[in-house]
Amino acid sequence: MNEQIKSARDLASEEFDTRTLLRNAVDQAIERHYEDFLIVDVDSHHYETESFKEITQYMDNPVMRQEALYQGMSRGGITSPDGSYQEIGGRITRYPLRKTERVPPSPHRDITLTERFMDAMGTDVTVLFPTPMLNLSNCPRVEVELELARAYNRWLCERVLAHAPRIKSMLYLPFNDPDACYQMVQEFGDRKGVVGFMVTSTHYRKNYENPYMRTYAALQERGLPLGFHAGFNWADQSLAMTNRFIAVHGLGFTWSNMVHMANWLVNGMPERFPKLKTIWIESGLAWIPFMMQRFDNEFMMRTSDAPLLKRKPSEYMREMYYSSQPMEMVDNRKALELTFEMINAPTQLLYSSDYPHWDMDLPSTIYDLPFLDMDAKRAILGGNAQRLFKLDPVMSPVKLARKAARVAAE
Amino acid sequence: MTDEVLVCREGEIADGDVRLIKVGPVEIGVIRHKGSYYAYRNLCPHQGGPVCEGLKLPQVVDLVGEGGTYIGQRFDEDDMHLVCPWHGYEFHLSDGCHVVDRRVRLKKYNVVQRNGEIYVAV
Repeated sequence: MNEQIKSARDLASEEFDTRTLLRNAVDQAIERHYEDFLIVDVDSHHYETESFKEITQYMDNPVMRQEALYQGMSRGGITSPDGSYQEIGGRITRYPLRKTERVPPSPHRDITLTERFMDAMGTDVTVLFPTPMLNLSNCPRVEVELELARAYNRWLCERVLAHAPRIKSMLYLPFNDPDACYQMVQEFGDRKGVVGFMVTSTHYRKNYENPYMRTYAALQERGLPLGFHAGFNWADQSLAMTNRFIAVHGLGFTWSNMVHMANWLVNGMPERFPKLKTIWIESGLAWIPFMMQRFDNEFMMRTSDAPLLKRKPSEYMREMYYSSQPMEMVDNRKALELTFEMINAPTQLLYSSDYPHWDMDLPSTIYDLPFLDMDAKRAILGGNAQRLFKLDPVMSPVKLARKAARVAAE
Repeated sequence: MTDEVLVCREGEIADGDVRLIKVGPVEIGVIRHKGSYYAYRNLCPHQGGPVCEGLKLPQVVDLVGEGGTYIGQRFDEDDMHLVCPWHGYEFHLSDGCHVVDRRVRLKKYNVVQRNGEIYVAV
């Protein structure tokens, strides 16, 4: 090898490893001195399907447990209603290669894989969400959603959250059964690592209906935020009009949250539960100014349609929380800056990666924005989430070691 | 001033394969495709992904027939792309430009073949 070459790798003989795939993220973390402050990623994912056999052991109903073991839970193939090609036909290599990644026998594989991408990106704390279960609410059998939601929540608390102080979660609410939602909050609200509860937005339940009110009241009383995690359902009648993933994803991930936001606003939920914090997750940001403008305009003409609101819809929206990813960043800096102003980003925006999904964002998407000062960057990258979730600022050992080495060298 | 760095002997990189070399702090992907060599910095201009470690796939073409009717899709094998594995940004393998916005481009290095050896000019 030429002496000028420091190292060489031949891809044909390399095994997949998250740490290798994300080593450029490590460089970004070092260059930007992420070890100087806390980064909280409020939306990352694991694939609970990889642990599905374990999760089934947490299902109480033996009949359903046997059925689940036999059927599995993977997404369907190319012909199924949610047979998506998120991985862009194999172009996003971590999708097919993920299963080949080697991990030590302990801790749990999900902990190792999650901490690997956290450490690469410079994340200290992450809020971990499931992946295929984001569409569980579309299962026509409500009892399946209930059984699996409870099994997943139990499994996640016992096998992952209890052993990983840097991994948190907003647990799954089985929204097709309002009573079960309430029971879920009561049963799991105090568990280690539980920082809130999540509604998957791809369901067809109305969030303003009375049976949900005691769940909202319980969350408000406990100081736990309610998250609406966006998604898409390609079988939805309107989205079924689309024939390409870019269309169903671009629309579905915003539309699913826009419907729930509209219902949440016009039914006066922010007035009924003024201390309940809501987080709107994984819809990006561009939809928010649209809804603010549209609903303010209509509200000024139709205040009688939303009589509980004492202020304009945008004023309530400006007090809600939003996860950042997938942040619309192509050729629109002015629009993005205005969006940050409209949502009061320095206090309301929460950085999220959505890793390992195809449209993930690194912390540098926030850190490198030229119109934010350092205080705002740090707030969005971690401080806002720390305050909202009442997090202990547990810094990553990798960052602590990097900082110690830097200090020693100075 | 450019400096030529010896990468390998001719034939050492199999057709379709990539060799990643690190020259100083810079990682460069040397790609062999259909007998030709291409060299790009292994850094995607989008979010910094390891672009040279992605798939090589041809341009997808929507076939439109007479009267604007949709016929189907095919690959254009003459326009091979390098696809960033982090997010799927696609660049022409031939010049490193993004397939839609040519302002978004990879850092390209000249490849020199001499006396049975492959060099990259850095």
